[in-house]
Amino acid sequence: MSQTQQQRPTPASVEGPAGPARQKVPDPSSVLRPTSLTQNRLPWWTGLVILVVSAALGAALSSLISFNFALWFVFTAVLYVLISYGVTRVKVNRRQAKDKMWKNLVYVAFIIALLPLFSVIWSVTSIGIPGLLEPGFLASDMQGIDGTTDQRSQEEGTPVLGGIRHALVGSLLITLTATFISVPIGLMTSIYLVEYARGGTLSRAITFFVDVMTGIPSIVAGLFGAAAMGWFLGVGNSLGLPLPTRSTMGITAAIALSVLMIPVVVRTTEEMLRVVPNELREASYALGVRKWRTIIKVVIPTAISGIAAGVTLAIARVIGETAPILVTAGFVVSNNWNLFQGWMTALPVYIFRQFQNPTSPNFSDPSHQRAWAAALVLIIIVMGLNLTARIIATLFAPKKTGR
Amino acid sequence: MSKSITAKDLNVYYGDFLAVEGVNIEIAARSVTAFIGPSGCGKTTFLRSLNRMHEVLPGARVEGQLLLDDDNIYGPGVDPVTVRSMVGMVFQRPNPFPTMSIRENVLAGYKLNGARMSKSQADDIVEGALHGANLWNEVKDRLDKPGSGLSGGQQQRLCIARTVAVKPEVILMDEPCSALDPISTLAIEDLISELQQEYTIVIVTHNMQQAARVSQKTAFFNIAGTGKPGKMIEYAETSTIFNNPSNQQTERYVSGKFG
Repeated sequence: MSQTQQQRPTPASVEGPAGPARQKVPDPSSVLRPTSLTQNRLPWWTGLVILVVSAALGAALSSLISFNFALWFVFTAVLYVLISYGVTRVKVNRRQAKDKMWKNLVYVAFIIALLPLFSVIWSVTSIGIPGLLEPGFLASDMQGIDGTTDQRSQEEGTPVLGGIRHALVGSLLITLTATFISVPIGLMTSIYLVEYARGGTLSRAITFFVDVMTGIPSIVAGLFGAAAMGWFLGVGNSLGLPLPTRSTMGITAAIALSVLMIPVVVRTTEEMLRVVPNELREASYALGVRKWRTIIKVVIPTAISGIAAGVTLAIARVIGETAPILVTAGFVVSNNWNLFQGWMTALPVYIFRQFQNPTSPNFSDPSHQRAWAAALVLIIIVMGLNLTARIIATLFAPKKTGR
Repeated sequence: MSKSITAKDLNVYYGDFLAVEGVNIEIAARSVTAFIGPSGCGKTTFLRSLNRMHEVLPGARVEGQLLLDDDNIYGPGVDPVTVRSMVGMVFQRPNPFPTMSIRENVLAGYKLNGARMSKSQADDIVEGALHGANLWNEVKDRLDKPGSGLSGGQQQRLCIARTVAVKPEVILMDEPCSALDPISTLAIEDLISELQQEYTIVIVTHNMQQAARVSQKTAFFNIAGTGKPGKMIEYAETSTIFNNPSNQQTERYVSGKFG
């Protein structure tokens, strides 16, 4: 403030003789244009030095209480933000100091957001690897594994037997079937919303109910699947159709999952169809092409990368569901390839059961080892699906302009 | 090939809003007609009503008669898709299909409609249309490359080739050169005067020199004020419009006094 006051022409200088008095007043533009190009800049290594100093101080402070990494991280982060604010405030100015502080806070927030992710990946990988390396873990099911086998493994160190083959098969079949049910329904809904609906009541109602569906708790979807299939089988059996009497089977779980999947598919594909430029549709109409052909041959091919990526993400979303599969497909120890007959196991249910009801209640270590390994496999599958989505998005993307 | 266009008391609406009012115009076959006028006066709206592209927008509609030779394209039972296959359109911004190669872009009118054709037929159509659009020599070695890799002017000529390939009766052009540099503009203007021998061409332009260079007849559109409908003020030989207009608004516009 004081500086700007000085730069204002004083009454004396204004009233005084024109030449010399005015020249003593500093040029106001010196605030806008500093004398040196490197003025108001800190050397590039300042941040590093502050980080080292605050890490050292943070270690010292945390060891005063009792040293651990979490405390060290907290102290370092707080000190770094404070010290760099102070240094910039003293060396440069208040505006840049404030800017620096907010920038550092954003970085800290980002690191905090990443911590759970890395923590989960680290713990699941480190605990799950031994179980995954057990011979036959991926190739065998839990048939014939009982308390005595696990007791021997824990007490005598024999290899942990039993695996997740049946759970992998179950997850694969149920998720794929759910995808086959949801993708056509979801895609057609979004085509209606984007291409045909003209903002009428129906389209607003669809959008509203799709949003409601997004928020359905997964256990409710599971109960719906079980109830719907039970009703359907009851009606079918009373008509004398050759249907199974029990509703607990793979297809029921697939229906429950598709209830969760459809809203995700609708929302993602709707976004993708909306970003297709209207010019392309008009270009196609102007060539005398009908609307449905325009949609199939111009709009969908242009948006296919986004649609495929969205579908893959929707699959990743439901493959980790536990509750709806537990209440619809149940849990078995042996392999079942038939979606329409008998109970089925999925990976998340397998993990849940191994933790909650270990095969041998008194010797639970082998069960926990299998559960961690299955969790690792599940994480790998979900990450693989996310990667696939990215690869699909780049592979199918419209050809680059090359300019 | 090539038909005349006659509009009789044509009103164009967006919902309840009357955008263009009472247009009466006769456009001869095998001629170039230019529409000029200030922004927002309804030139493009009227142009889009000539191939029923106007009604693609929700709520848009047209009243009155529009005759293609003797057939009213707004008559009962007329399929707008058939109209559009007879009246092609080139847009302001080049819009080749990004998922298709140059060759597929030229054949788009056939391929998108599911037409089957032998490879030699397709080759003939591609070569003919690209020759017609003065693009053949520039792209003949890279027909399988994506159409979006061409320069802006080449893309616009590709769009013209795509339109010419389906052999329409009329070609509508909506400011086809406004996104292009002077050299590409010259190429398109040369092309327009060649296409004129086979097609009826209607072009909307903001560039009055361009209207003077390419067209035989010019229509001047104007709007009384915001919210008022646009009207066709004067329609005459291009030389008359630019040198000796009968309406004072036209004279003020072409001499650059407003707009």
